[in-house]
Amino acid sequence: MAVTLSDKAAKHIGNFIDRRGKGVGIRLGVRTSGCSGMAYKLEFADEVLPEDVVFESHGLKVLIDPKSLPYMDGTELDFVREGLNEGFKFNNPNVKGECGCGESFTV
Amino acid sequence: MALLQISEPGLSTAPHQHRLAAGIDLGTTNSLVATVRNGVPLCLQDEEGRILLPSVVHYLPDGQVAVGRKAQVAQAVDPRNTIVSVKRFMGRGLKDVAHVETMPYDFVDAEGMVRLRTVQGVKSPVEVSAEVLRDLRIRAERSLGGELTGAVITVPAYFDDAQRQATKDAARLAGINVLRLLNEPTAAAIAYGLENASEGVYAVYDLGGGTFDLSILRLSRGVFEVVATSGDASLGGDDFDHRLFCWILDNAGISLPSDRDARRLLMKAREVKERLTSDDSVPIRLTLDSGDEVDLTLDRSVFADITATLVAKTLKPMKKALRDAGLEPEDVKGVVMVGGATRMPHVQKTVGDFFGQTPLTNLDPDTVVAIGAAMQANILAGNRAAEDEWLLLDVIPLSLGVETMGGLAEKIIPRNSTIPTARAQDFTTFKDGQTAMAFHVLQGERELVSACRSLARFELRGIPPMVAGAARIRVTFQVDADGLLSVTAREQTTGTEATVQVKPAYGLADDEITEMLKSGFEHARDDMELRGLKEQQVEAERVIEATEKALLADGNLLSDAERADLDAAIAALKSAAAGEDARAIKIQLESFNRASNEFASRRMDKSIRQALAGHKIDEIRL
Repeated sequence: MAVTLSDKAAKHIGNFIDRRGKGVGIRLGVRTSGCSGMAYKLEFADEVLPEDVVFESHGLKVLIDPKSLPYMDGTELDFVREGLNEGFKFNNPNVKGECGCGESFTV
Repeated sequence: MALLQISEPGLSTAPHQHRLAAGIDLGTTNSLVATVRNGVPLCLQDEEGRILLPSVVHYLPDGQVAVGRKAQVAQAVDPRNTIVSVKRFMGRGLKDVAHVETMPYDFVDAEGMVRLRTVQGVKSPVEVSAEVLRDLRIRAERSLGGELTGAVITVPAYFDDAQRQATKDAARLAGINVLRLLNEPTAAAIAYGLENASEGVYAVYDLGGGTFDLSILRLSRGVFEVVATSGDASLGGDDFDHRLFCWILDNAGISLPSDRDARRLLMKAREVKERLTSDDSVPIRLTLDSGDEVDLTLDRSVFADITATLVAKTLKPMKKALRDAGLEPEDVKGVVMVGGATRMPHVQKTVGDFFGQTPLTNLDPDTVVAIGAAMQANILAGNRAAEDEWLLLDVIPLSLGVETMGGLAEKIIPRNSTIPTARAQDFTTFKDGQTAMAFHVLQGERELVSACRSLARFELRGIPPMVAGAARIRVTFQVDADGLLSVTAREQTTGTEATVQVKPAYGLADDEITEMLKSGFEHARDDMELRGLKEQQVEAERVIEATEKALLADGNLLSDAERADLDAAIAALKSAAAGEDARAIKIQLESFNRASNEFASRRMDKSIRQALAGHKIDEIRL
C-alpha cells in the first residue's frame, strides 16, 4: 500500500511548509461528507499521531490515518494549474464516481 | 475536479464550503488583491500576470465600463469619462475636494458626497470604486475557484466614518462581503508580523504614487492603536518622475516637447528611476519625434541630489506625527516602508537617518498592505486554529458620548477602546412627567459639548410620565469592527426604543482628530473646572425647581416670614447659579438646604399624617 506525491506537488508542499515555518509533513485523509459520499482532507501536519501510517515521498512525510488508507491506496497527489486557479489534485485509482464538481467521490 | 489547497491541521473544509477570503488594498493610484493559499500569503495576478490594477474606471458611451489599464489608456482621449484616483472623493462633499478646478470632471454637488456626471449618467464615487472592487473580486474568484466568503479592505488610518462607510458601501455594491475594514498602516505592520513583536511604537512610512502618509502605531497586548497620522496629499513617486523628466529636458537642451514626446520622456524617466534602485548609473538614450536626440547618463548620486528636496518634504510630516504623539525618533522601535517609491535608496537612507535605524524593507512595498489584509481576512474567515487567534487590531480614535444637562459631554466609550465594542449607561428624566428625551451624540475629549464634535441627534418618545429621576433609560453605544457607531436609547419599563446610525456626511480629517486630542489634553484642567461649575448649576436648577413646586403645593405650611426667608434663599441661589463661580454656588446650595430644611420636614410630617389618617395605630407596620 502506498500514497505518493508528484514532483510538482512535492516541490510546492516543501515550499509551503518552509514558508509556514513549522510542520512535520502533510496529512491526507478522507471524510464521509459531501454530495457524493467521501471528501478529501488535505492539511499541514504539526505532529505524527501514534496510529498514523507514514509514507516518505521526495523526502516529505505523508501521514494518513489507517481508516482512510484503504480508500486512498495507490493515490498520487498532484499539483496543477488551471487558468488563474492552481492547487492540488488527487489521482485516486479507487474512485468509481465523482460529484459534478469533483470535490467528493464514491469508491 | 476542483483543486484543493492545504488547510491548517483540523481545519479542512467540507466540499463546497471553502472559506475563501481575500485582502484588498483599494489604493488611490493602484489596487490589488491578495489571499492566503496553502498557508502562504500572496498577491493574485490577472491573466497577463500583473498584480497592480490601476484604480481607473472609464465609462464608455455604449454602456460598457473599462477598469484598470484599458481605462488608463482612455485618460488622454476621454478624460471626462475616465475617473482616476476616485479615492480622494470617497465620502467627501464638493467643498472638501482639493483642486476641483484643475480636474477634468463634471462635478455634481450632492448632499453628503460629490458626484460625477459621465456619459453613463451621474456616478457617485461609491459606484466608481465598486467597479474597481468588482474587477478584483472576479480576479480573486477565478484564481481561487469559488465564491469569496469575504474580504478585508484597507483604508487610510485618517479615513473618517463617512469615508469608511463609503468604502463599505462600494464593496457591497461590488458583491463583496466585507469582513472588516483595516487601517493601511496596521495591515502593513501585520504583514511584517509585528503584532507578534515586542510591544512599543512603530512608524509606517507610506510613499505611494501620489500621496505620502506617515502613521505612528502603538502595539500593546497585540492591539495596534493609531496614535498619530500625518502626511502630504500631493507628494509621491510621480513627483520624482517629474523632477527627472525636467532634468532630462534641461540636460538634453529640449524645450517644449510635443505631448507625445513628453509622455515618452516621462515614461523613460520612470524607467530610469526604477533602474537606479539597483544600478549606480543608467544611460538615457531616446530619439524624439521632433528629431531631438537624448543621450545622457544619470548617476544615482545625481538623481538623489535633484530629488533631495522631495525626500526632505517627507521629514516635516514625520516630525509633526512624532510631536503629536509626544515622542522622539528614538522611541520608535521599528519603521515599516510601504509604497513603491520607498524602494529608492536615498529615501530609505533619509528615513533610516531620521529614526536612527534601518527601516524594514524585505517585503515588497507595493504589496505589503494587501498581504497584511489577506492575512487578517484568512483569520476572520476561520482558516486559522484557535490558538493562533489574533486580537482585534483597531481602536476608537476619539471618545464617544452624549450630551447631558448643562451642556456637558458624558463619555460612554472612552478613546482607545478596542473595537468592536458596546457600552451602556443608564440615564434618567430631569423633570416630573417628562415623556421625551433628546439625545445628542458626541465625539471628542473635551468636557463641554460645544468643544466636541456633534455626530447625531435623536429623540426617545413615549416615556411613561413619572417623577423626575424615576425613569430608567439605558443608552447603548455600539461600534462595529469597522468603527461605525449606532446608538440606542431604551426606556426599561416599557421597552420603548429609539436608535440612530451615525453616518456623518462630513468627517474629520486626521489633523482635526489630532487637534481635538491635543486640545483635550491642554484644556484638561479648565475642562475639569468647567464641569464642576456646570454640575453645580444643574444641581441648583434642580433644587430650585423642586422647591418652587413644593411651595406651590404646600406653601401654606410656612408663615409669611418663613416664606419670605425661603424666597430670598431661592433668589440668592438663582443669582449664584447664574454666575461662573462653582464654589459660590456650592456655598449657596448648602445654605439653601439649611434654609429649606424646616419646610421640607413640615412637608414630610404632613404627608405622614395624610398617610396615617383614618388608620388605627396597629394597622401600621413599621
